[in-house]
Amino acid sequence: MTTLTDPPTESFRLSMLIYDTRYRSITFQIIALIGFLTLIGWLVNNTAQNLSDLGKEPSFRFMTEPAGYDINQRLIDYTSQSTHLRAAFVGLLNTLLVAVMGCALATIIGVVVGVLRLSKNWIVAKIMTIYVEMFRNVPVLLWIVLAMAIMIETLPSPREFKGDEPTASMILGDTVAITNRGIYTPEPLFSRSLGDVHLFGQSSLNFNISIDLLVLLAVLIGGIYVSRQIKHRADKIQETTGERPTTWYLRLGVVAVPIIIVLVALGFHLGYPELKGFNFKGGTHMRNSLIALWLALSLYTASFIAEVVRGGILAISHGQTEAAGALGLRPGKIMNLVVLPQALRIIIPPLISQYLNLTKNSSLAIAVGYMDITGTLGGITLNQTGRELETLLLLMLTYLIISLSISLVMNWYNERVKLVER
Amino acid sequence: MKKTVFFGTLTVAGLAAGIAAAGTLDDVKARGKLNCGVTTGLVGFAAPDANGVWNGFDVGVCRAVAAAVLGDSNAVEFVPTTGKTRFTALASGEIDMLARNTTWTFSRDVDLKFDFVGVNYYDGQGFLVPKELGVSSAKDLDGATVCIQTGTTTELNLADFFRSNNISYEPVPIETNAEGQQQYLAGACDAYTTDASGLAATRAAFENPADHVVLPEIISKEPLGPLVRHGDNEWGDVVRWTLNALISAEELGVTSANIGDMSAAAGDNPEINRLLGTEGNLGEMLGLDAGWAMNAIAVGGNYGELFEKNIGENTPIGLARGLNAQWTNGGLLYSPPFR
Repeated sequence: MTTLTDPPTESFRLSMLIYDTRYRSITFQIIALIGFLTLIGWLVNNTAQNLSDLGKEPSFRFMTEPAGYDINQRLIDYTSQSTHLRAAFVGLLNTLLVAVMGCALATIIGVVVGVLRLSKNWIVAKIMTIYVEMFRNVPVLLWIVLAMAIMIETLPSPREFKGDEPTASMILGDTVAITNRGIYTPEPLFSRSLGDVHLFGQSSLNFNISIDLLVLLAVLIGGIYVSRQIKHRADKIQETTGERPTTWYLRLGVVAVPIIIVLVALGFHLGYPELKGFNFKGGTHMRNSLIALWLALSLYTASFIAEVVRGGILAISHGQTEAAGALGLRPGKIMNLVVLPQALRIIIPPLISQYLNLTKNSSLAIAVGYMDITGTLGGITLNQTGRELETLLLLMLTYLIISLSISLVMNWYNERVKLVER
Repeated sequence: MKKTVFFGTLTVAGLAAGIAAAGTLDDVKARGKLNCGVTTGLVGFAAPDANGVWNGFDVGVCRAVAAAVLGDSNAVEFVPTTGKTRFTALASGEIDMLARNTTWTFSRDVDLKFDFVGVNYYDGQGFLVPKELGVSSAKDLDGATVCIQTGTTTELNLADFFRSNNISYEPVPIETNAEGQQQYLAGACDAYTTDASGLAATRAAFENPADHVVLPEIISKEPLGPLVRHGDNEWGDVVRWTLNALISAEELGVTSANIGDMSAAAGDNPEINRLLGTEGNLGEMLGLDAGWAMNAIAVGGNYGELFEKNIGENTPIGLARGLNAQWTNGGLLYSPPFR
């Protein structure tokens, strides 16, 4: 017969925090946390103390004062009398513009190069390998500066378009001018414009959206929706009767006809660039700094995306390709219908970080004088006001928000395409 | 034991920090070297020569201060700064003084907490354009593309000038003078704007300087001078009076050629005697040797000599004295008396 007794309850002793394995890890973590927080606290306190010793208490009042400087590329109204906040906003839009353009172009180039690098054609595969290794292994700043130098030194200046015997001329029937200050293309104009919507009233963040653009977008989206309905109907008919009605003219019509009607109603015409005085006037001016930055960032990031894509494709078992081939699919279709959709699941997570890299690398814009948010808020505003800490904190916050937003969107997309495991 | 060592280290570090905050003059003496912020390279004002030795008008001021404080004009560490980095470098203590064509403005003096100790060059902002453009006045620049260094007062002046004349322009921001030169020469901008002295220096470095003209309009007042951190008045005094010594020396006729004789023994002119330390104790008041001003002047000569040697009419830069002549010759240079 055995008697069960409770194990002797040990009273808690302080030394157990170190010698008892149950508590030791927690003890060390708490000590480390306290040390870390003390370090942070000391840094913040030290900074605040030093700033107040210098007589520069942190303050964000300067953001509401007139900026006093001009910005060449502005997507919204801005004059030198606008506030620093407005200047930062102009810079933010410029950052977003180059980031979006860059991500789009980098994805296209990256996917094409990544697929072609796996080509069975020896020359094509080798050329793509050289491209990837060249761009991937040279710092992006050098590519940006090189792209700018090439644009400035090789293209003609607007002066050379002048005179009786100009050494340079416009292309595409005198509608596009390629100069070392950028590319001037015709711009869409509406003679019976519907005006703008004004958002955020009189504040520094106000901006206008063209109603013409909104109407066009709405009509386009509506057209595409109807077109898809027609496709669904055709699919159904094909499933039930086995015959597919010819619908391409209908589908094209519902998209194109309303757009053309709206364009005519709004009095659409093109404004052509013309050489007047020192520069081309009219048309859309894509500045050399934007082009250089855009191309360099895209080509650089595309080389990484190409490797991501290649890795994703190689990760799909070769059996898939062979099975698709056995079903009679041609190589192009195998890639588009079988391999790429599966590879996409592997590609997207590293693709997110490439998009984030591109966006953050766009802060090198000042090297070519592109006025992104680092150039306005973190550059000229910082200099003219002398508020280093405040502007840099704002700048970091801005990039953090942009990056987190990109992550959020891409993660959401990843959730949708990833393999559902049960 | 280990703890003791740790706390000992902390104490020493704390003491060192305490000493570092004591005063720039003592710092410089203890270090045996003056950290002087200059431009990244502007011929005539501050640029390294083929041997890496810094030369120029602003460099002359740095060397004079080093000679006054340390007795050695070569005990200078030149720290190249851009328009953007210069103020941070000075405020953080990376450099002891900034001699880098920096305009004396209200907000820099008051809000940014610096002390301008004087003016070593009275300048104004101008425009450089190619002759073939056929422009004779800055007001003809409507619609022009203008290259401009960011982070400078020129940026604000430019915006004001075009706004007040109701004409448009396209600014192309650039980081350094070299980039501006490249863009301007390639025709990516029609005009290049900065201080007129800087334009003259830039043009002098061109292959064909005669193909370019500086437009007659001077659109701003740009008093350029050395500056130090606000609040360290002893150090501010040293830099201020070294500059004044160079200016006074020209007024009093003390040159690098005759300074040896003049400082050997007290002469007839009491002001020269006080300046060169053969009479009175001005050096002691500053916390320096009696021969501080003599050392400073002996380096590159007086203000006039520095000017003629680096940026004067016989140099490629070819600047006339103009406003920078002595007050006795109709200029603005006027040093308070050494008394």
